[in-house]
Amino acid sequence: MKKLLALLLCVAMIFCFAACGENETEETKVQSIDEVELTTPATIEKVAKADLKVGFIFLHDANSTYDKNFIDAANAACEALGIADTQVIMKTGIPEGEECYTTAKELVTAGCQVIFADSFGHEPYLIKAAKEFPKVQFCHATGTRGKIEGLGNYHTAFAEIYKGRYLAGIAAGMKLNELIEAGKFTKEEAKIGYVGAFPYAEVISGYTSFYLGVKSVCPTVTMEVQYTQSWFDIEKENTAAKALIANGCKLISQHADSSGAPSACEAAGIPNVAYNVDTSNIGPNTAIISSKISWVPYMTKMIQAMLDGTSIPADYCATLEEGAVQLTALTKNAAAGTQEAIDAAKEKLNKGELKVFDTATFTVEGKELKTYLADVVDLGDYVPDTEAIVDGRFIESEKRSAPYFNVIIDGITVPAE
Amino acid sequence: MADIKIKQKEPLIHITKRDDVSFAKSIIIHLIGIAVALVLSSLLIISVTGENPLKLFKAMYEGVIGTPAANMGINKKYMESIHIGAILLCISLAVTPAFKMKFWNIGAEGQVLMGCLASAYCMLEFGGMVDNTVLLIIMLLASILVGAIWAVIPAICKALWNTNETLFTLMMNYVAMTLVSYFIMIKDRSGRSDLGILNERTGYGYLPDLFGMNYIFNILIVAGVVVFMFIYLKYSKQGYEISVVGESENTARYIGINVKKVIIRTVAISGAICGLVGFMIVAGDKHSIKPDIVGGQGFTAIMVSWMAKFNPIIMIPVSLLIVFLSVGSKFATSAFKVDNSIGDILTAIVIFSIIACEFFTRYKVNFRKFGKED
Repeated sequence: MKKLLALLLCVAMIFCFAACGENETEETKVQSIDEVELTTPATIEKVAKADLKVGFIFLHDANSTYDKNFIDAANAACEALGIADTQVIMKTGIPEGEECYTTAKELVTAGCQVIFADSFGHEPYLIKAAKEFPKVQFCHATGTRGKIEGLGNYHTAFAEIYKGRYLAGIAAGMKLNELIEAGKFTKEEAKIGYVGAFPYAEVISGYTSFYLGVKSVCPTVTMEVQYTQSWFDIEKENTAAKALIANGCKLISQHADSSGAPSACEAAGIPNVAYNVDTSNIGPNTAIISSKISWVPYMTKMIQAMLDGTSIPADYCATLEEGAVQLTALTKNAAAGTQEAIDAAKEKLNKGELKVFDTATFTVEGKELKTYLADVVDLGDYVPDTEAIVDGRFIESEKRSAPYFNVIIDGITVPAE
Repeated sequence: MADIKIKQKEPLIHITKRDDVSFAKSIIIHLIGIAVALVLSSLLIISVTGENPLKLFKAMYEGVIGTPAANMGINKKYMESIHIGAILLCISLAVTPAFKMKFWNIGAEGQVLMGCLASAYCMLEFGGMVDNTVLLIIMLLASILVGAIWAVIPAICKALWNTNETLFTLMMNYVAMTLVSYFIMIKDRSGRSDLGILNERTGYGYLPDLFGMNYIFNILIVAGVVVFMFIYLKYSKQGYEISVVGESENTARYIGINVKKVIIRTVAISGAICGLVGFMIVAGDKHSIKPDIVGGQGFTAIMVSWMAKFNPIIMIPVSLLIVFLSVGSKFATSAFKVDNSIGDILTAIVIFSIIACEFFTRYKVNFRKFGKED
């Protein structure tokens, strides 16, 4: 019997030899995004409104604040354009793996001409599907490879959320100032906590812009970050927030998708600044404001391009100005004068007078950041390639919509690796 | 007194064992079973969606075979469905020799996962260093070896100290998952605990497409394993030894079979085939690694093996049926915009019916005749 097994193995190996004669290995050189030949989006064949079918792939369901934000936007965009419910297929709870590819394929089978996926880890699988179905348009939120993939039917998008977080940071800073003035703690004790999901650029860029916003009104502030290593974990987020509060944090913000951190804040009476959804129902006495991306403008553009037979940009960064970055209404817990301060800063941001990542406002290891190579061309090699400090600021989301700011600046402490 | 009513009344229903069921009768019982399953699932569909159940069955068919739009590319939908069936079949074949020996190996999930891990490790470590063919062979051998080792650990403990293999193999699944998580953690450089698609731009360690279609390699390997397992169990001396040990260890000892050796050897073969499946999943299909990459197939395979009464040939239709049901119902539920769980319920109805058929082929149900009461 062993002989038979050996024979089978031999046959399998011979097949291997026969089938894979040569394999090309191409040396890839590190190129700056400015030198890469960028993808031109394909012109889309016009689809009549009644024939259009739109597919959506969501990581979790509406219980996750992150996905709820997308689901709400999808409904709003379809409703605004008069796309009937029967023309929309939403798949929730699709993990970041092969299932994404299978689901995309299912959506193609069901007749969708345009498919949207909402989570970063969906990207390689969506690209796999895009290669297989060149006539179907694939749009991906938070992806990094729309410009460089060379496909024409694969598109990525993100928004200038760092501006929104900066503005939310101003609200947080004003609250700290109010508490300092009321004598609750001293200027030097002004420390905030941040519950992040994973230690990578999107999260780092998010908390740094938030911190810079706080610092712009409360200069003595420091920040402690804790990672949960998960996008959605109520228990872990709750524990992390409690640990931060125990470490002396006077205000908490988060970049993770559950209600874990806001409810921990409400229980401890610690002010909270949220992300993606209005949390004033979870924290009636502690929620201040939330910043969020509104995907309605992008999804509207995407569907409109299908109806008009134009094209969807290979990579698109939706702006604060067009309403893709929003702040929820300030609650009664905010400090007086917050709205005015936010409005003033917003106007300056829109005019370009104020830059979030102005290198004059922060230091790295005690020094001003003069030059920094960011990994903008995402070839999966994690080799930084593009100079990101231009004219005294970090050019976040200008070379690519997905964030690439991943520097830990002074004043922020992160857990040791 | 209590002994007055000693005379027992004949029960309304009682069950007797059938001696033997003719092939034709067994077919009829199964047909009735499937008809009952179809009626029950139709009723469920009507009550939940209010749609014509025929439409849903058509959607299930499309989900398995694919529509022209879905079959444009290299990954033909029907090939994909067959491939999922082939993977399930191969794991079912892997667990069968151990089951025949009454060694309750429920660790196939972990053994396959360890095979995946070995392949993924080789892909990342040796990709680009050696020729792709050599790399594939290294991956294949590593996966088989690791799968076998993972299965043999509980087998040795069972043979030497008579430990409970069910708990042991089950626990080994969780150890394997944790090892994979650890591997991802140390290899990941994105900070997101996700390796994405391995060697995505180079294609190192990918099984090539044959005849312009992917999955063919894996399907051929599984076909080979079916033939091997059929011959091994039915005609080889070792296959006979497995049946004897399964029937009675004492008999086996009496006729001079080294029971410990047979246990360890058989479980090693089980594990090796599981490892081979791991190789097929990573090199020939998913090209990625995650703790849940096997997706519970290691457990479904146990059911397939039992439903086919350990016959490798019957396992082919059984595994295809189960896969078609789950793939088809998953697609149909999304087309009808009902929750995915409805698909699971439909699958469960059919499987329950088939298991019920087993009952009716083995036992006869007798009703109390009227007039016999006293």
